[in-house]
Amino acid sequence: MIKFDDVTKKYPDGTVAVDALSLVAPSGQITVFVGPSGCGKTTSLRMINRMIEPTGGTIWLDDQDTRQVAPATLRRGIGYVIQHAGLFPHRTIIDNIITVPTLLGQSKKQARLRAMELMERVGLEARFATRYPAQLSGGQQQRVGVARALAADPPVMLMDEPFSAVDPVVREQLQQEFLRLQSELGKTIVFVTHDIDEAIKLGDQVAVLQVGGHLAQLATPAELLSNPVNDFVAGFVGRDRGYRALGFETAGNLPVSEEPTVIIGSPLAVANAAASDGWILVVDDDRRPQGWLSTGDSRSASADQVMPDMLHRGGTVAELGGTFRAALDAALSSPTGRGVLVDEVGRLVGTVRASEVVSQLDTRAGAASR
Amino acid sequence: MSNTLPMTTLLADTSSSSSSPWYFWGYFLDHRSDDLRWLWDHTWLSIVPVVIGLVIALPLGWLARRYPWLYPPTITISGLLYTIPSIALFVLVPPLLGLDPLTPLQVPIALTVYSVALLVRVVADGLDSVPVDVTQAATAIGYGRVRRLFAVELPIALPVLTAGLRVATVSNVSMVAIAGTIGQANLGQLFILGYQLSSPTPYYPPIVLGIVFCVLLALVFDLLLVAGGRALTPWRRAVAAR
Amino acid sequence: MIGDVFTWLTDSSHWRDTAYDTGIWTQLSAHLRFSLIALVIAAVIALPLGLFIGHTGKGTALVTGANSLRALPTVGILVLLTVIISPHFFGRTDIGFVIPTEITLVLLAIPPILSNTYAGVQNVDPAVRDAARGMGMTDSEVLRQVELPCSLPLIFSGVRSATLQVIATATIASLVPLGGLGRFIYDGLAQQDFPQMIGGGVLVAVLALLADLLLAGVQRFAVSRGISGRFSKKTSYSTGPVEAAEIQAEASTV
Repeated sequence: MIKFDDVTKKYPDGTVAVDALSLVAPSGQITVFVGPSGCGKTTSLRMINRMIEPTGGTIWLDDQDTRQVAPATLRRGIGYVIQHAGLFPHRTIIDNIITVPTLLGQSKKQARLRAMELMERVGLEARFATRYPAQLSGGQQQRVGVARALAADPPVMLMDEPFSAVDPVVREQLQQEFLRLQSELGKTIVFVTHDIDEAIKLGDQVAVLQVGGHLAQLATPAELLSNPVNDFVAGFVGRDRGYRALGFETAGNLPVSEEPTVIIGSPLAVANAAASDGWILVVDDDRRPQGWLSTGDSRSASADQVMPDMLHRGGTVAELGGTFRAALDAALSSPTGRGVLVDEVGRLVGTVRASEVVSQLDTRAGAASR
Repeated sequence: MSNTLPMTTLLADTSSSSSSPWYFWGYFLDHRSDDLRWLWDHTWLSIVPVVIGLVIALPLGWLARRYPWLYPPTITISGLLYTIPSIALFVLVPPLLGLDPLTPLQVPIALTVYSVALLVRVVADGLDSVPVDVTQAATAIGYGRVRRLFAVELPIALPVLTAGLRVATVSNVSMVAIAGTIGQANLGQLFILGYQLSSPTPYYPPIVLGIVFCVLLALVFDLLLVAGGRALTPWRRAVAAR
Repeated sequence: MIGDVFTWLTDSSHWRDTAYDTGIWTQLSAHLRFSLIALVIAAVIALPLGLFIGHTGKGTALVTGANSLRALPTVGILVLLTVIISPHFFGRTDIGFVIPTEITLVLLAIPPILSNTYAGVQNVDPAVRDAARGMGMTDSEVLRQVELPCSLPLIFSGVRSATLQVIATATIASLVPLGGLGRFIYDGLAQQDFPQMIGGGVLVAVLALLADLLLAGVQRFAVSRGISGRFSKKTSYSTGPVEAAEIQAEASTV
């Protein structure tokens, strides 16, 4: 656990970067510091491992006052991931990863063995081990950065905008894998970002900081979306708050309707016969949804079997027991208005209509107001 | 060991009346014609090779970038040439060109070779430093290649070029003096003279005079180049003033 | 003339010592000795100093000051120092000439090594430095394990530059009666023996080229491939950083 106790950072010219910050980042959870430029989020992060020294207050790492430990020793027990990875260009990937373990005295051989496991964990192929950072893409370098931070198995990780320097597609991948990793490892993580969506996506709790280093609100993402504490937070969190909040609620008892299906490769005549409103849902042999077939399309088709290129693939698919947002999106994006629901391995369970999802939301809101 | 006579007495027509290092000005006044001639020769010998070198290096450097396969051999050859010590190059030039071994031409020729060797690299790197977006924008606007070079790329590459020119000129000043040790007429002769006159006791004035003149020359060239560079890049001044 | 030079160089009697003349081998070893002594001393002074100034950022005025030394004419300084120092050693061996020569050579060799070492450390990517400190490296560990290896290309460039300077100036040291390959140039000039003079020039040029080649070889060996960008085609991934690194490596050849 990391505790900020009235921590202040004031510079000699008078600027206050962090103003009496007090909060607790619970063990095993991801706490995100988010805010506009100049809000002190990076400064606060860097005070945890004493890259910047506070001018007032104390920072506790579990029961240890961080000022009572020598900085180098402190940092060897904290994983540190920064925006541009900062990999050592003169060392191979594997030697980059084992930096802290070797600093701590582990034998290189041992450390390298463990590093290979770590590489697999963060999604890097083993063949990259003997390459140099210059040979890797930005996304791959960031994975190495994460592996390097994890190498000595520190209980705490500090991450300063680690995914900001990569393109959006790669960033999404990295975020997903990061969440997966955290679910396996359960580290205490403080994560800094300027992107509120990333904060909401990744944080177990989010600290919104205002310019001047004040803590505006510390809350779970759902709470932040539904109850922003002032205008600044409301504005920073942005529009579509209600809609985005749906991403945090599981849709419990959605009414699931049966849906007639046809297997891919079946004769078109069968497909047309089975279609109710001019559309039929096409699945594979495992009952996994492939797309919708319109009878109009099938009539003008040249082949006489259901082929993949005839299918309408625009609709998203929602997992049963997933969030309201996913279910509503499935319904809204489906050409028939019937959102496809699947089980945890992707097999069709049934469909749901947008109106059914919304009435569920209504009853929930109604129950809350009573 | 030096006489501390007042300057006025020293200025009276008594050459070598003092061997003090501070007497260099008096010495200069006593040997004005020789010293000025050497200074003049030295100045020209420092400047002309750089100018000619730049004229040759510009197309070469441009070519080395235009055809990337030319870049490695160009760099290697110029590197090799620059590696050869100046005095060696001085004595090697005449036989290779079929000239008299002691011809005065060896100095400007060798120094031009050095300047080219240095400046080709500088030109190539300077043109490299122009952002790709700028050159592409210029082409899109309708600049032909040659016009683009002179109107856009060279002005932007100017800081790098100026830095290289400064190195070339200042090192030339020193190298010209080295040619003085093999009999060529320039400020280096002052050092030879001073050395020969320094037995049995040290005779400083010509030596100090030579150092003073060389340093002054180097400084003047450097300042002129810096000022010239600044004058030709007004946009940099505007940025700095912000 | 070229033929005469060639004859002079291949005449084996010129390579051995005779009663009247010192041979090429002797002068060569003298030249190397002077050069190496000066380089070692300059490196011992300038390398740690450059590392320190680059790492801490204090004392950059020293680097600027050292750079301004380049404006001094080498011949002038050599003669001046010789004239000042050698009379004190009159009558004894060459030492009266060796000392001013070595001082001049050291003074020449320090600026390139100092300024390049300083620049090398300064140019280390700030993100790399930040990561190194953040991971728990002490100051000296950051310097030794990260900043030094990453600065090697520029440091080598400075050492090579200094080596060439020293070899070139050691040649001129033969002006004052010292050994070295310059002896052939100045004796040849005095005796109007042009094959000897030009032969001396050839020898000096070859020595300089060989020394530079040797250092380039050491550099190739010592600098991590991650920095120089020497990857085999099949493992190469991105072109941008590799090209940039290649160009940086080339920067050290002049």
